Amino acid sequence: MPIVLIVAEQQPDGNLRKATLNAITAGQQLAEKAGAELHIALLGKDPSKVADELKGYGAKAVHVGAAPELEHYLAETYAPAIAALAQELKADYVAMASTAQGKDLLPRVAGRLRAAMATDVMAINGSGADITFTRPMWAGNVFAEVKLSTPVKVLSLRATEFSPAAGGQGAAEVKAFSPKVEATKTKFVDFKEVKSARPELTEARVVISGGRGTKGDFKEIEALADDLGAAVGASRAVCDAGWVPNDLQVGQTGKVVAPALYIAAGISGAIQHLAGMKSSKTIVAINKDPEAPIFQVADYGMVADLFKVLPELRAELAKLK
Amino acid sequence: MKILVTAKRVEDPESKIKVKPDGSGIVQEGLKYKINPFDEIGVEEGLRLVAKHQGEVVVVSIGGKEVQEQLRHALAMGAQRAVWVNHTGPLDQLGIAGLLQKVVEKEKPDLVILGKQSIDDDQNQVGQYLAEFLGWGQATFASKVESMESEQEKNKVPAIVVSGDGKSVQVIREVDNGLATVECQLPAVVTTDLRLNQPRYASLPGIMKAKSKPIEELTPATLGVDVTPAIQVLKMSSPPPRKAGIKVADVPTLVEKLHNEAKVV
Repeated sequence: MPIVLIVAEQQPDGNLRKATLNAITAGQQLAEKAGAELHIALLGKDPSKVADELKGYGAKAVHVGAAPELEHYLAETYAPAIAALAQELKADYVAMASTAQGKDLLPRVAGRLRAAMATDVMAINGSGADITFTRPMWAGNVFAEVKLSTPVKVLSLRATEFSPAAGGQGAAEVKAFSPKVEATKTKFVDFKEVKSARPELTEARVVISGGRGTKGDFKEIEALADDLGAAVGASRAVCDAGWVPNDLQVGQTGKVVAPALYIAAGISGAIQHLAGMKSSKTIVAINKDPEAPIFQVADYGMVADLFKVLPELRAELAKLK
Repeated sequence: MKILVTAKRVEDPESKIKVKPDGSGIVQEGLKYKINPFDEIGVEEGLRLVAKHQGEVVVVSIGGKEVQEQLRHALAMGAQRAVWVNHTGPLDQLGIAGLLQKVVEKEKPDLVILGKQSIDDDQNQVGQYLAEFLGWGQATFASKVESMESEQEKNKVPAIVVSGDGKSVQVIREVDNGLATVECQLPAVVTTDLRLNQPRYASLPGIMKAKSKPIEELTPATLGVDVTPAIQVLKMSSPPPRKAGIKVADVPTLVEKLHNEAKVV
């Protein structure tokens, strides 16, 4: 029986990264279409807590590789371990969420397995041996249907296109394996976390993003975000200027988000930005320039000054409560 | 220090990309081409490192003779010489990384800097494949702490820091929830994120000088690489359009729509 191996990801704080659950949904879809068995891989210094969490998602087994060398994620330590496990299981597909870690790790795994890879897979089509994948090109201006012809196929999965898997689906066997550990030429130095009390950008139900029109003043955006329990995002220009942390960038090369409500304030809407938020359910655009391209994707547009609109919006929303 | 940088030819990121009616590709007419913006950042970082530590920047591109335009652009920015892998026809990331591996084995650079992704394929794979094929360390998504408007940036200070003994580099990486710092033994592969630097413009004297800088021609056959793609693009399509939205005149109307129509607040 073919094997689909989904690689689970831990956050630096040791918790499961939520995008893993979206990747598991994609893995379930792929397993069904390929007539395959779903397996999950998990690496770390001591990932036993997360391993237990992963039992209820319909996988045949959760393979847990624990080693002190795996304390801090590095592609050079994780890739040999995942590739060796994939070979041992004779996996046909190796996949994980298209996070920063997924994008760093998977091509290195694919290199070791001499496997072709599709990045940011949005849909899985066909069945059996005729499975193809839909993925974005040119900043999402083109959707391409691709076929991979190497024996092992590697995929990074765009989390916003797959709903998070629901737990309570059976009890996978947790199997310990000794991860292949190799000497590395790279060492971890440190990780500086951008701490925020707000929800994670890619997981929030509401996202309020600011662009050049804010002139670096995010106070109104943050106040509205706090009222709505929303995440704060930004356009590239704003991150480049150092006005907000890089981690907030929404777009082709930043975060891809698809919240229920996306409010773009003072963002003109370059195609690179649109690539990161076009799949949002409802889009609101506030911009002084009536010609701004953001209005082409907005469900509700307001040609106005964001500094006037946002306080009014907060007051008006407060009345609903 | 010898640094190998890449210069992929891509459609101008500002151009409107349209899919051909038969889905076989994109409409080429009227498009302008540029060096992949992420590769351009890599060329700039290579130039800054060589300005500080001496050495040479060698730029490589793969494609038909038109990619010489992008090689000349990198040479005009200040790279010393160029390698052109002459190949027309489809290539996938395994093929590209295979060709670059051979060029690296020939050139023996201390550092290879590539864009983290090209803005046409958006695959984000080649640097990682290359590091694995070479058995080298990798630092993807290189960034820096200072903003694009900082003094360091104005003074063209490289963000990749070479150790005192010249045997390793420290790289700050843009990752989820923050910045990670790693140290790679040289030789190593680095891929660039947007906020590593602001690439310089090619000066007029630079453009003149570039005309006489050498471009060495290689082919997949001379490099001994089979580039038969393992990724087939079967069909391209345009993303489904969003339904047309409306303009609202005032905030109460907006809130009313969000509450009663979209039901999101």
